[in-house]
Amino acid sequence: MSDQLNNGSAVLTASNVTKQVSSPEGTLTILSDVSFAIDKGDSVAIVGASGAGKSTLLALLAGLDLPTSGEIGLDGQTLTNLDEDGRAAVRAASVGFVFQSFHLVPSLNALENVMLPLELASKSDPRRTAMQILEQVGLGERWSHYPAQLSGGEKQRVAIARSFATEPAVLFADEPTGNLDSNTGDRIIDLMFTLNRNSSTTLVLVTHDKSLAARCDRVISLDAGLLVSDEENRA
Amino acid sequence: MKAVLYAIRTFGREIRSGEVVVLLAAVALAVAALTAVGFLTDRIGRAVERQANEVLAADLRLRTPDPIPAAWHATASDHGLRSAETQTFPSVVFAGDFSSLATIKGVTEGYPLRGNVRIASQLFGEQRVAEGVPASGTIWADGALMARLDVAVGDRVSVGEAEMVIDAVLMYRPDQSIGFASLAPSLVINALDLPATALINEGSRVSYALLVAGDTNAVDDFYEEIEVLLPESVRSRNREEGSDRASNAADRAQRFLSLTAVISLLLSAVAIAMSARRFAHRRMDTVALMKSLGASQQFVISAAFVQLVLLGILGVLLGSVMGFVVEALVTNMLADVIQGDLPPVGFTPVFLACGSALILLIGFALPSLLQLRDTPPLRVLRHDEMPPAPSRLLVVGTSLLAVAVMLYQAIGDGLMLLIVLGGMLIVSAVLYVAGRGLVILMGRSRGGVGIAWRYGLANVARRGRDSAIQVVAFGLGLTVLLLLTFVRTDLLEEWQQTLDANAPNHFLINIQPQERSSIEAIFAANGVAAPNFVPMVRARMKTINGEDVKEREYPEEGGKWMANREQNLTWATHISESNELVDGEWWRADYVGDPLVSLEEDAARELGVELGDRLNFIIAGREIEAKVASTRKVNWDSFQPNFFLVMSPGSLDNYPSTFISGARIPEEGKGTLVELVRSHPTVSVIDIDAILVQITGILDKVSLAVQAVFVFTLAGGIAVLFAAVQSTIDERRFESAMLRALGVRRRTVLSGVLTEFAALGFAAGLLAAAGASILAAIVTIQLFELDYAFNPLLWLAGLLGGIALVCVSGFIAARGAINAPPVDVLRAA
Repeated sequence: MSDQLNNGSAVLTASNVTKQVSSPEGTLTILSDVSFAIDKGDSVAIVGASGAGKSTLLALLAGLDLPTSGEIGLDGQTLTNLDEDGRAAVRAASVGFVFQSFHLVPSLNALENVMLPLELASKSDPRRTAMQILEQVGLGERWSHYPAQLSGGEKQRVAIARSFATEPAVLFADEPTGNLDSNTGDRIIDLMFTLNRNSSTTLVLVTHDKSLAARCDRVISLDAGLLVSDEENRA
Repeated sequence: MKAVLYAIRTFGREIRSGEVVVLLAAVALAVAALTAVGFLTDRIGRAVERQANEVLAADLRLRTPDPIPAAWHATASDHGLRSAETQTFPSVVFAGDFSSLATIKGVTEGYPLRGNVRIASQLFGEQRVAEGVPASGTIWADGALMARLDVAVGDRVSVGEAEMVIDAVLMYRPDQSIGFASLAPSLVINALDLPATALINEGSRVSYALLVAGDTNAVDDFYEEIEVLLPESVRSRNREEGSDRASNAADRAQRFLSLTAVISLLLSAVAIAMSARRFAHRRMDTVALMKSLGASQQFVISAAFVQLVLLGILGVLLGSVMGFVVEALVTNMLADVIQGDLPPVGFTPVFLACGSALILLIGFALPSLLQLRDTPPLRVLRHDEMPPAPSRLLVVGTSLLAVAVMLYQAIGDGLMLLIVLGGMLIVSAVLYVAGRGLVILMGRSRGGVGIAWRYGLANVARRGRDSAIQVVAFGLGLTVLLLLTFVRTDLLEEWQQTLDANAPNHFLINIQPQERSSIEAIFAANGVAAPNFVPMVRARMKTINGEDVKEREYPEEGGKWMANREQNLTWATHISESNELVDGEWWRADYVGDPLVSLEEDAARELGVELGDRLNFIIAGREIEAKVASTRKVNWDSFQPNFFLVMSPGSLDNYPSTFISGARIPEEGKGTLVELVRSHPTVSVIDIDAILVQITGILDKVSLAVQAVFVFTLAGGIAVLFAAVQSTIDERRFESAMLRALGVRRRTVLSGVLTEFAALGFAAGLLAAAGASILAAIVTIQLFELDYAFNPLLWLAGLLGGIALVCVSGFIAARGAINAPPVDVLRAA
């Protein structure tokens, strides 16, 4: 284990993380020797131009993919040492997701979508917990609606409710406002930060949106796979 | 458990969303087709078997020279079987100054247990089915007997000491021999009247027979119980030993129905495989999401498996109901055609069909499900991330295994299994390679003609492997459809030929040499075509290569019986049209020399006799030796007089012979027969119209059943097409929206799609015609032992049918994608 994983306050660490993929043109390096640590309760924005490696970094941090070299630590576990089911178990216990395109299960209603991670993590009374959090995001009345019956903003609120339902140690958001108009997007962001404060969840956002990045405690900038800056927003 | 609950919770919603409709339909169709085919095979098989049993007038017959003990009837009754008894013996019957030898057949209530006795109110008059047995004091007499006695219906005859009234002319009884042994015309009498005749005394040559009929298993159980108690003198016969002709027909019918079942099954399997692929593909996003939320591989695979099984169960239920309904409809439809009741429905076909469909579903969906397990969770962020393709070995292995299990269960014949499976594999491989070739060719020919043409052919070429797979699937569907259509037609034609309009409907037997000219004169005077006379000499076989036939060992049980029975010999200059030389040479028409003999091939095999072997016969106390010159295959269905043993010309000149003849006598020419039996009282006439009716009945049943089953096969083919189109529907929806957003007119998009389908249909049709021709040749020659003729119609039907079917089905399946508003599609993407 690296020293950073033993850092008591860090909930998420990347040490010398490199990701390469093979392509017809030869080996492409998408991320090169990226290292940082994120403390519990922080909100961090990962920014950069298209193709800078933001989404790849997010995928590696959440254990959705493995780096070519380097280590990822999440909530005390070294993800790079675990197999796929092991990483899934870590996600079930410690990770929440909000995606650009919401990713709700179309065959489940709003309540059932929120219950899903609770059931996967074997939490007690998932229905009551899910109902409570749906009420917090203002959709208590619409719990029985299916995704197809909800607007974009409502879908994203269900997705946020789902991501906070298990009170995860880390919540990853991939362009959470990318598919929403700016008013709805602002309200979604407010909601996320409110929940983040109330639950002391660590928030890791990938975004193009400068105003969104500005609301985070810290901004990590990537360019062509390299970490080019890592700045605190707290003045 | 979580996975099961999740699967059940989301299942209803999946069904409502319509995503799994094609898969559900494919399973339901497979079950419905198999159930209906199973029912029909089962019921028609049993109907045909019963008809075969008619030659015994029972399911089992026990014949003995001693009276039947009452205990045998009791045992039959214990097994829930019906029983009856016959007592047969020769006796002379008198009427006024005339007398004639007759075969007296005393029958008890219930006779015949299978089949019907047909009687008429006057000689060669209108036939009707007799109800019951002759009333006490009355008899039914053969027309020949009545002619010899110069009596009519209502007249009295003396049977032993009893005076009996002729109640009807006996036209046909199911157990009458259509061989040439029963020379004396028969007379049916109620067994209760036999004591009054005082004809049965100690030492009388009476053949007693116990007839038993009922449930097949019960008959077997009964025989097993009674077999050990039977004295050596008892000869038993059951359905397996029934008439060759009827069992041949039954055998063919079963094979043909099995073949159609197999074809429906293969089509369903193709549709299931394609829609299972899509079932798995549609789930990839959800599986990736579930994994990102922390679900294990175990969870996702269990959930998908449970849903698949639930889907299977629902499909099975729907399919069984459909199968039952169709079966009921078909039975109703057939009611007018089928003489006699179809035996009741057994439930076995339902269980077999359900088991089959579930095995197919799992066998064909398993590789896709396993692929689903390996869906990378990264797919939630990158939609193009795909799980590695399932191993080809796994895909081919599981599906082949599933098909092999099903095929074996359906046909229960290892050779046919290998032929069909091998044929399908070869055709698939050839189709795939040829399909890829055609796809590449089409891609190259897309220039010039216009946007729709270019778009359509570009699509075919761009989907490369997928297009080839679709060509294979369409091609396979078409192959089996063509195969079914053409094999069925060829087969039915072959059967129709056995019912040649000129086939004899009467046999005349026991014609003395000097009677030939007077019989010809009667035929000529009545305007009926003159019959051919075939000589017949009765003989017993004495030795084979000098070995006594009684002491000799035979390769097969039948050989002993064959060697010891009374032989009917004939001689001929030319081989009969209904015979085919198998081995050796036929003698020249002007052959002069030592006697030669030609044997029917099965008889030669059973006797263990080869070319050059010497057979010695006793004819009227004199011995004759003949050398085996050839073996023949005999078409017993031909209704021509056929013989196991045919001698060279001149061999039998010095022996007493009679002649037999087969004649086609039209309905209006029945008067010829009356005149003939009156002027030639020793000639016996056997009416085989009744037997023809029996054969026609079998044909009607089979061909109607096949038509009904054919509908399922067609539906299976269309399901394949839908499954194939549906597997590309997302892509099509997006492309169509893109093109229309770019300003291409809807009509042009439609033309493009139709061009694509027409191209696929053409390729599939071309390949299917080739595949079907090859398979049809194999099936026709190997399985049905008929000659195969090249059929150009098959190619035309393949190409036109391929284009039409694929275009129409493709249009119906894809029209939603073409018509979807571009803005909705592009926003959702």
